[in-house]
Amino acid sequence: MTTQDRYTLNARNMSVFYGSFKAINSVNLDIERNKITALIGPSGCGKSTVLRSFNRMNDLVPSARVEGEVIFHNQNLYAPHVDAVEVRRRIGMVFQKPNPFPKSIYDNIAFGPRISGWKGSKTEMDDLVEHSLRNAALWDDVKDKLKASGLALSGGQQQRLCIARALAVEPEVILMDEPCSALDPISTLKIEELMMELKQRYTIVIVTHNMQQAARASDYTAFFLMNAERAGEIVEYGPTGDLFTNPKDKRTEDYITGRFG
Amino acid sequence: MDDKASAGVSMDSRVAGVRRETAETTLNLRKKSRPGENVIQGFLLFCGVLSMFTTIGIVLVLGNESLHFFTNDNVSITEFLTGTQWSPQIGQFGILPLLLATLVTSFIAMLVALPLGLGAAIYLSEYASPRARKILKPVLEVLAGVPTIVYGYFALTFMTPLLQSIFGKDTVNIYNMAAAGLVMGIMILPLVCSMSEDALSAVPRSLREGAYGLGATRLETATKIVVPAGLSGIIAAFVVAISRAVGETMIVAVAAGAGPNFTLNPFASAETMTGHIARISGGDLSYDSIDYNSIFAIGMLLFLLTLVLNMGSRRLVRRFREVYE
Repeated sequence: MTTQDRYTLNARNMSVFYGSFKAINSVNLDIERNKITALIGPSGCGKSTVLRSFNRMNDLVPSARVEGEVIFHNQNLYAPHVDAVEVRRRIGMVFQKPNPFPKSIYDNIAFGPRISGWKGSKTEMDDLVEHSLRNAALWDDVKDKLKASGLALSGGQQQRLCIARALAVEPEVILMDEPCSALDPISTLKIEELMMELKQRYTIVIVTHNMQQAARASDYTAFFLMNAERAGEIVEYGPTGDLFTNPKDKRTEDYITGRFG
Repeated sequence: MDDKASAGVSMDSRVAGVRRETAETTLNLRKKSRPGENVIQGFLLFCGVLSMFTTIGIVLVLGNESLHFFTNDNVSITEFLTGTQWSPQIGQFGILPLLLATLVTSFIAMLVALPLGLGAAIYLSEYASPRARKILKPVLEVLAGVPTIVYGYFALTFMTPLLQSIFGKDTVNIYNMAAAGLVMGIMILPLVCSMSEDALSAVPRSLREGAYGLGATRLETATKIVVPAGLSGIIAAFVVAISRAVGETMIVAVAAGAGPNFTLNPFASAETMTGHIARISGGDLSYDSIDYNSIFAIGMLLFLLTLVLNMGSRRLVRRFREVYE
């Protein structure tokens, strides 16, 4: 297997700056295809910043700047000719707080395909909406009220709607930024089960505050910590089982055993 | 087990009782009189009630004088509402020429103010760099601070000659509704812009991120997500703008013409309701004459017009509201 077959994304010496402040210091991270990679660490250590650098969401912050490379399909996402809009169509994102658009459930799903220049019939769109909702394990909950507002759903359902919305544009990678932090335990469990199914077809990177979640649901785990200059760094990265049962670094051990954080 | 528990309870309550006794001797929880609070509260109530009574007073005066007008033998309310000629000297009181001129100038003003104002608002909230905002917003505010009489002369001495040089002196009257309407639109533009921008800025950032995360461009995010989400505020801005245009006086009094004219031609001179009131009340009218009363009837109609607009807008806002929290 070549590197590109095995990995979807490779961060190479990636540093992120906000103005003159260095928020992330030289991260190297290989994200394996069809696996779930968890980014864990205490608050403020830059997990979300790293995640948002993978689909150029940080472009929306005027002062943000990325150095180094993120390789996707043998191309550096930060090369000058790369279009951030195209990147985000292939690397989707699910946010911390469910953020359905104030539109109907149907239109929430159809939004992505429509802006991607989707040219199909009404029935094909109906099929796509149903397919996406089924994949996000939401179809049975909403099949009778597709015209209802997405905001009428419960928090857990809203988050699955946001996942369905991301799936509808058929990305390769789904980035999840603490997708369960606003949800109750049962909804959280549903999202985790969903992630297990989705990794058959997608590569998932998830930021989580919840170490149990990382241990339960992920294949690989990267542990982040701030260095002396308050820039986030990777302390340890490896298969989740190894990292949790046999951490190589003392700081990882302290964190996962709950001594700080 | 039960005995133990009850013993525990009685023990606790005894301890609490001791505490309460000591507390009563040291802690004073009696109501104090706070005269300052009452004075301020009274003053705030006065402020609220004052504006209410002012409105009631205006309605009473308008209503009373209009009643005098409509009870006059020479006037019928159907003639007032359907007549196409307004010449009080010969007893013709048809409001339509004045109403039509108001509608034509307001319509022209809206053609300018709504698209440009909304466009500027979208630019400011979705595209502008902090530096561009810092320059543009004060400039717009200056535009809002120009006295309307200055706009009036701007219409008369700049806009009208401009229109004449484009369409010809024969087509464009020296006093015309088009120049007044266009300049009125420029006057209202900052209002539409700043109210719409407030509505757009209130749309949560998370919605924009959601759209960008699906691969939406800036334009798609602005037009398909942010504008629909802020639509209720934008509609409110539009309605306030229309009310403003309908009620605007100085520009139309200076630039649109003096003398009622029942026409849809924007290049013709015509007098609006407000312009007519301003001109008539400037002359010496004898109190309680029918001319005098007629301007109150016009005022009443203006008042009702804006009232209906405002009430309609509340409906629209409720209907289009997209709640995002």
